[in-house]
Amino acid sequence: MTTLQATRLVIGRELRAKLRDKAFIFSTVSFLVILVASIAIPAMLESGPTKVAVTDSTYVEALQRAGLEVQQVSDPAAAEQLVRDGDVEAAVVAGPTVVALEDSPDEVVEALSTSPPVQLLDAPPFDPALTIFVPLLLAMLCYITSLLFGLQIAQSVVEEKQTRIVEILVASIPTRALLAGKVVAMTLLAFAQIALLAVIALVGTTVTDLDAGLLDALRPTLGWFLPFFVLGFIMLAAIWAGTGALAARQEDLGSTSGTVQMVVLIPFFAVLFLRDNAAALQFLSYFPFSSPMAMPIRIFQGDAAGWEPFVALAILAGTAVLLLAVGARIYEGSLLRTNTRTSMATAWRSRSTVS
Amino acid sequence: MTTVLNVDAVNRSFGDRQVLKDVSFAVESGRLTGFVGANGAGKTTTMRIILGVLAADTGTVTWRGAPMTRAVRSRFGYMPEERGLYPKMAVADQVVYLGRLHGLSTADAKRNTAALLDRLELGERAGDPVEKLSLGNQQRAQIAAALVHDPELLVLDEPFSGLDPLAVDTVVAVLRERAAAGAAVLFSSHQLEVVERLCDDLAIIAEGTIRAAGSRTYLREQYALPRYSVEVGADAGWLRDEPGVTLVELDGPRAVIDLDPATDDQQVLRAALARGPVRAFGPVRPSLAEIFREVIQ
Repeated sequence: MTTLQATRLVIGRELRAKLRDKAFIFSTVSFLVILVASIAIPAMLESGPTKVAVTDSTYVEALQRAGLEVQQVSDPAAAEQLVRDGDVEAAVVAGPTVVALEDSPDEVVEALSTSPPVQLLDAPPFDPALTIFVPLLLAMLCYITSLLFGLQIAQSVVEEKQTRIVEILVASIPTRALLAGKVVAMTLLAFAQIALLAVIALVGTTVTDLDAGLLDALRPTLGWFLPFFVLGFIMLAAIWAGTGALAARQEDLGSTSGTVQMVVLIPFFAVLFLRDNAAALQFLSYFPFSSPMAMPIRIFQGDAAGWEPFVALAILAGTAVLLLAVGARIYEGSLLRTNTRTSMATAWRSRSTVS
Repeated sequence: MTTVLNVDAVNRSFGDRQVLKDVSFAVESGRLTGFVGANGAGKTTTMRIILGVLAADTGTVTWRGAPMTRAVRSRFGYMPEERGLYPKMAVADQVVYLGRLHGLSTADAKRNTAALLDRLELGERAGDPVEKLSLGNQQRAQIAAALVHDPELLVLDEPFSGLDPLAVDTVVAVLRERAAAGAAVLFSSHQLEVVERLCDDLAIIAEGTIRAAGSRTYLREQYALPRYSVEVGADAGWLRDEPGVTLVELDGPRAVIDLDPATDDQQVLRAALARGPVRAFGPVRPSLAEIFREVIQ
């Protein structure tokens, strides 16, 4: 049994255990439902074309050109009645006068007015509201997923400690294989979930007919987001495992995982609040703990030069290697101390106890 | 029956506390070796060092004369004192998984698991998650987990604690089968009667040092008191006045006596025969509990 074979077996068990875990399935499914709903509901809420009642046939053509549904009626009283009944949103009677119930129907007014042509020199490729919404959604997704799956790693480590099976496992296979198996399995699951959400987002936005400009910006963003996310997740995975190993019981996790939770939380809020500050965002897009959230935003906004994501990714990978070593040492140093919480310092020093 | 496992001058400290002091003993294949000592004497630490879960500060553990390696240890089976399996995983899945971790193919692991669970009378619960089993059945599952890969050395830390008498019998029978098939079995216990009934060899540990080790017969001879039980035709009260004899117990014609070192047992026997018929005359073998009490002082 080589370390690699052992790792593969551990991966297999972790995956099977998670895929049968009802809480895990529930959280994944609810994530999907929220995403699908957030795409589908706005599309469904867009009711059909505005209906207009018209008494004078001379306006029909102009209204139809504006994409309105026109209904011809004989006299103003009938038109007014239709408006009151809510069968049409507005009526156009001789004059022309636009009749409506509560709000001035801008669409109808615009169709009947002449406005000068407008020429934009720097037109945004898509609705500016989306420039806030999309990056926020990505950062949020990154934050929630790494927290959720990171905690899962820690929990699965504590479970083995708390149930004491860890001693049999350590007597059977190298500790590294156990750690690597957990990290790989959970990274696979986290990636699968993110990739699934990304695919649904892409398909969903294509189907619901968003503007082409948005899709052109979204595709490279998601394309870069995935590697950033995976590396960012792996970077912290061993630390999560280490914090799990420091705990003796699930109840200890809250305190032992505090530091790593902050490492996820603080960059998220930094990105959230500093995203309009170009210099700050640029720094955050290189800083390894925030680059998985910040760099995709810059790519989406078209601010990042072609080489920039590569450099940020390299920094991220380097940090990941470093933190994997740190996490592994903490993990190995505290794994067999099953009776009480282990301090970080003790774990760091006592690695030599496990052969 | 050859010595397979050799623990040689192993020392281990936790902080300032030295838990093991020059611990040495051997385990032979095909035999059951009992590892006896009070709580905190160092049994679990020794077993963890044999399994490689802990490292020794100094000293060595060898297998068939060669240093331990991962590959060698994968042919060991271990049941730790603190039991544990995945609570939500089915018993059979769990045992198969541990078999796979010890290098069995999936097919072999499944076959061994099925046979073993049947043997341990756990076959019907194979598909149940461990948390649904009674404590006794969880213990059986734990033993299955230690045995699934047909280990050459079985290390069982307090295998009988928490077992009901029927389960003890089942487990004892299974361990004997394994030993008969050539495996070496090392088990710790503080239940001396069970050890007495079961083990071929013994190692007695107290305060981190091995106080006595060897086969049960050897130890009994080694630690035999100069004590004899006698049964004669009439009242045996005359033994009280016999030179070099201390009367320990008297019950009509039956007596238990201790002899002074200089006294010849045959001399006493002849004296008894001179007084009439002798129904029984023989040395009293000490029980394990008596040996244990003597050596740990």
